[in-house]
Amino acid sequence: MSRLSALKGLSSLSGLSGLKDINGLRGLSGFAVLSGFGGFLVRRAVGVVLTLFAVSVIVYVVFYVTPGNVAQITCGPRCSPEQVHQVAQQLRLNDPLYVRYWHFLEGLVAGQDYSTGTSVEHCAAPCLGLSYQSDQQVTGLILTKLPVSLSLVFGAMVLWLVLGVGTGVLSAWRRGRPTERVLTAVTLAGTATPVFVIGLILMIVVCGELQLLPFPQYVNLTDDPEQWAWNLLLPWLSLALIEAASFARLTRAAMLETLAEDHVRTFRAYGVAERSIIARHALRGAFAPVIALNANNFGSAVGGAVLTETLFGLPGIGQELVHAVNVVDLPVVVGMVLVIGFFVVLANAVADVLYALADRRVVLA
Amino acid sequence: MSETVTKAAAEAVVAAQVTGTDPASVPATTGARQFRRRLRTQRAALVAACVVALLVLVALAAPLLTALEGQDPTTYHPSLIDSARGGVPVGPLGGADGDHWLGVEPQTGRDLFARLVYGARVSLGVALAATVFQVAIGVTMGIAAALGRRWVDQLLSRITDVFVALPLMIMSLALLAIVPASFPRPVLVTLVIGLLSWGNIAKVVRAQTLTLKELDHVSAARLSGWGPWRIARRELLPGLAAPVITYAALLVPQNITVEAALSFLGVGVKPPTPSWGQMLTAADVWYQAAPQYLLLPAGALFVTVLALTVLGDGVRTALDPRAASRLRVGTGRRRENKAAAAAEQGVSS
Repeated sequence: MSRLSALKGLSSLSGLSGLKDINGLRGLSGFAVLSGFGGFLVRRAVGVVLTLFAVSVIVYVVFYVTPGNVAQITCGPRCSPEQVHQVAQQLRLNDPLYVRYWHFLEGLVAGQDYSTGTSVEHCAAPCLGLSYQSDQQVTGLILTKLPVSLSLVFGAMVLWLVLGVGTGVLSAWRRGRPTERVLTAVTLAGTATPVFVIGLILMIVVCGELQLLPFPQYVNLTDDPEQWAWNLLLPWLSLALIEAASFARLTRAAMLETLAEDHVRTFRAYGVAERSIIARHALRGAFAPVIALNANNFGSAVGGAVLTETLFGLPGIGQELVHAVNVVDLPVVVGMVLVIGFFVVLANAVADVLYALADRRVVLA
Repeated sequence: MSETVTKAAAEAVVAAQVTGTDPASVPATTGARQFRRRLRTQRAALVAACVVALLVLVALAAPLLTALEGQDPTTYHPSLIDSARGGVPVGPLGGADGDHWLGVEPQTGRDLFARLVYGARVSLGVALAATVFQVAIGVTMGIAAALGRRWVDQLLSRITDVFVALPLMIMSLALLAIVPASFPRPVLVTLVIGLLSWGNIAKVVRAQTLTLKELDHVSAARLSGWGPWRIARRELLPGLAAPVITYAALLVPQNITVEAALSFLGVGVKPPTPSWGQMLTAADVWYQAAPQYLLLPAGALFVTVLALTVLGDGVRTALDPRAASRLRVGTGRRRENKAAAAAEQGVSS
């Protein structure tokens, strides 16, 4: 046993010395100020801000440049040309695009005043504008919908990580046995099923046929945590089952890769139990790729959340977005795309930091 | 820069995905078992290829098939639905008989078989065309970033990063809604998917090109004064084929799902053009009265995406040089040896 720990110590030591070498090189090349973990965090934060800015420009320009007469649509099909013109002026649609974008940024940073007919309404600091349809503040609208979507996505994330990694570990452990074959088939089927199909089938079977659960209706977490969880169970499951499949495949692959390495063979030769090899070493090898995939898939999971919300009638951002899209309420659409983009970019950044914590060599790259 | 971190993370994912179904990554087992395992992998890919070929054939022959049935996807058959019961198809099995092979749609009475096969056209057509767009943009951006000057690389890589960060479903959902309805929808869906999600393929191509660039034959071409365009076409594209085809094979089933999802939300392909996702939108209310209305498009989607995914895995295995060389060693030689041994035995006895 003591020899084994010496072995472990050796391997970690050699890894460390490798790190020091790179560090030295880095110091020489003049990046000493920004090296290390703090510098990494700063650089990453700057990256987030720049990406968000670019996303906002693209989203804004794309949505306000696309063909389609916004004033006409907002006003309604029976509006006269004069009325349409009036609406266009009220919505500032005749200003040049960069002026409107500047206004938009101004509102986002400093807030803005809107004159709605006779009264003046103040839209406080992170102001995303007013809805064309209801004159409601977009920021407020999003804030009321956000808890639902966050409950859905983060609850499902816990489920898909547990299910996916668990399945992956099990199939790597039971490799070459019937268990693995069954799990491989199931995960393959999981990757091939669209989220709305599995959601539909779950809803029909569980709520319709078996009547195990009532059709989901969102209850606030703060009002009744138990009802909150019960009502979100099916949406969570439909989102998580699909996402879990790719995590299972990834975990299995990463673990098999580690298990085929020489140091694992050495552990086996020293008589370390397979269970301990799986739990201590192979699983550690899967940690970093799982984090990376989680960030990679976050965007698609948010897309899946839109489908899930629409399917189960959950009053979240996704459902509101589909509604806003159907009535061409551009400020709401742009605001929501930006907020979702913000979360996706943030998720990527958090994943990068976690990834760097899991594998410190990344910081130096 | 942070870019390297994201890149490292993305590469880890891609690498792990690539090894995911690679039989060569399975730790050493005995030869016979390895052989069986590989045979099974190949067989699955073969079956998947047949299914995909069949689906493409069905999609291409949709007018022929519906003519054979004597129906079309858009004609209403009010006589075949029971308006007293809310529009349920008349007759057992959702009105399936010799005239309507898979029954009719509730409420409208449109022929389900015709809508299903025409739906295959939309699904496959949109997914394949979108993949062509993604590959074309991704390869161009990737090569340009890798071969260009430092600032070109920086700029293109930043743009790529932004497109990777854009949530595809959300953006396409929003984009599709604001374009006027007069624009042909399947083309629009293709464009939106193709123009939005080329980021990952551009990253893969850039990384691969950076590696290829350092190889001797490329340096030789550069030293003989070839321009970057000619180098890209003659020296780089052949080396990029394997990763690009592998990635494209993964994109096709993904695009099918996105199209179905957008049509499911009502912003993708709009009626009367049939689409599987769109058929599912209305189906959940009818699952008791006409279950096949739900099960047929769901099943079609499942089979198509599954077949394309398995085929993509097979393509990946076939194009992975490590797997390919091991496959040859594991199968051909062993069989030859056995045959030789058997022949020897036959001679000696």
